[in-house]
Amino acid sequence: MSKASERIYNGIIKENPTLVLTLGMCPTLAVTTSAINGIGMGLSSLVVLALSNALISALRKFIPDGVRMPAYIVVVASLVTVVQFLMQAYTPSIYASLGIYIPLIVVNCIILGRAEAYASKNAIYPSFFDGIGMGLGFTAALTLLGAVRELIGSGTILSDGSKALVQIPEAVYSPASIFVLAPGAFIVLAFFIAIMNRIKRKHGMKPAEVPDYISEEKEEA
Amino acid sequence: MVKLLIIAISAALVNNVVLSRFLGLCPFLGVSKQIKTAAGMGAAVIAVVTVSSAICSLIYDAVLVPLDLVYLNTIVFILVIAALVQFVEMVLKKNSPSLYEALGVYLPLITTNCCVLGTALTNVQDNYNFIEAVVNGIGTSVGFLIAIVIMAGIREKIEYNDIPESFKGMPIVLLTAGLMSIAFFGFSGIL
Repeated sequence: MSKASERIYNGIIKENPTLVLTLGMCPTLAVTTSAINGIGMGLSSLVVLALSNALISALRKFIPDGVRMPAYIVVVASLVTVVQFLMQAYTPSIYASLGIYIPLIVVNCIILGRAEAYASKNAIYPSFFDGIGMGLGFTAALTLLGAVRELIGSGTILSDGSKALVQIPEAVYSPASIFVLAPGAFIVLAFFIAIMNRIKRKHGMKPAEVPDYISEEKEEA
Repeated sequence: MVKLLIIAISAALVNNVVLSRFLGLCPFLGVSKQIKTAAGMGAAVIAVVTVSSAICSLIYDAVLVPLDLVYLNTIVFILVIAALVQFVEMVLKKNSPSLYEALGVYLPLITTNCCVLGTALTNVQDNYNFIEAVVNGIGTSVGFLIAIVIMAGIREKIEYNDIPESFKGMPIVLLTAGLMSIAFFGFSGIL
């Protein structure tokens, strides 16, 4: 398998940022009220991830170790601002429905996490594809989550307001709107991760742990 | 005055930062194992969010708007927050070692806590003036403290429960958060 396709496989399946690494929870839960929003958020994060990985990898020999975090944040924040402008111009309706979560891509832990864990140690080409793979994995998870919530919560899939890919008639199923509201996000993601845990357990892998920042900090110190 | 009260209550309870706006989930899940650490994190968040709301609101009104650089707000805010956290850490270390001991480990985690940047951006989006921005910052971070302490309390008890194998760890915590979020819906009636 070539380096590029290996990185993409790694991002989508082996180290899926949402379902395996459980990173970047805030946008995952906040924007997945519909499949369209999930795709929009996923793709904009993908662009930022791929470009920031490539840029940080290109700059990795010039950025002094002590100030690398602020330097990464500036790179990511500039890219996010560019993406924000592009979305405002070309996809205004998605931009409006994602709202504040677009500028908040800056603090998405997936992006800084990949910059630190991969791009700062590897060449430009694999770093770029690592970003694409992670972005695709993120997009896939968000789209799936969005589609499930949309189906249970409003009885449609990929609806754009007037027409939808799949639409269950009101007479057959009356939508449980709580699933497009805040609690539904937590509950659907809980079941997703539980299913992943079961699959992983069958293959003898470790289930998803709740991250525990404080004890990790102490180990480092 | 009434408007300030409404902003504070709405930020703390009705639109709770974690349970209905999904900001600051990482520390909410990562530092909620024990009530004591959860309360420490909550206190650190209150300090940082309040001060950063004030400074970001000042910079926005006094620098970005007159210079017509509003589109740079994301970059400027995140830099201000990162510098502020570093500064708070240095001041605490020098002037009050005991407080630093208590909050020190949480401070680096706060820079990438999206509820800090999220609050600064909300203040701008909703056109809050300086005082309203500070009140919104306090309300939001108190809401965070409430949510994370309740969560830690529940998680301390969950430890002793018999949970299906696949739901252990992350899934049960998310389900708990979902139920808490339903409970917080009750507050939407008070405004």
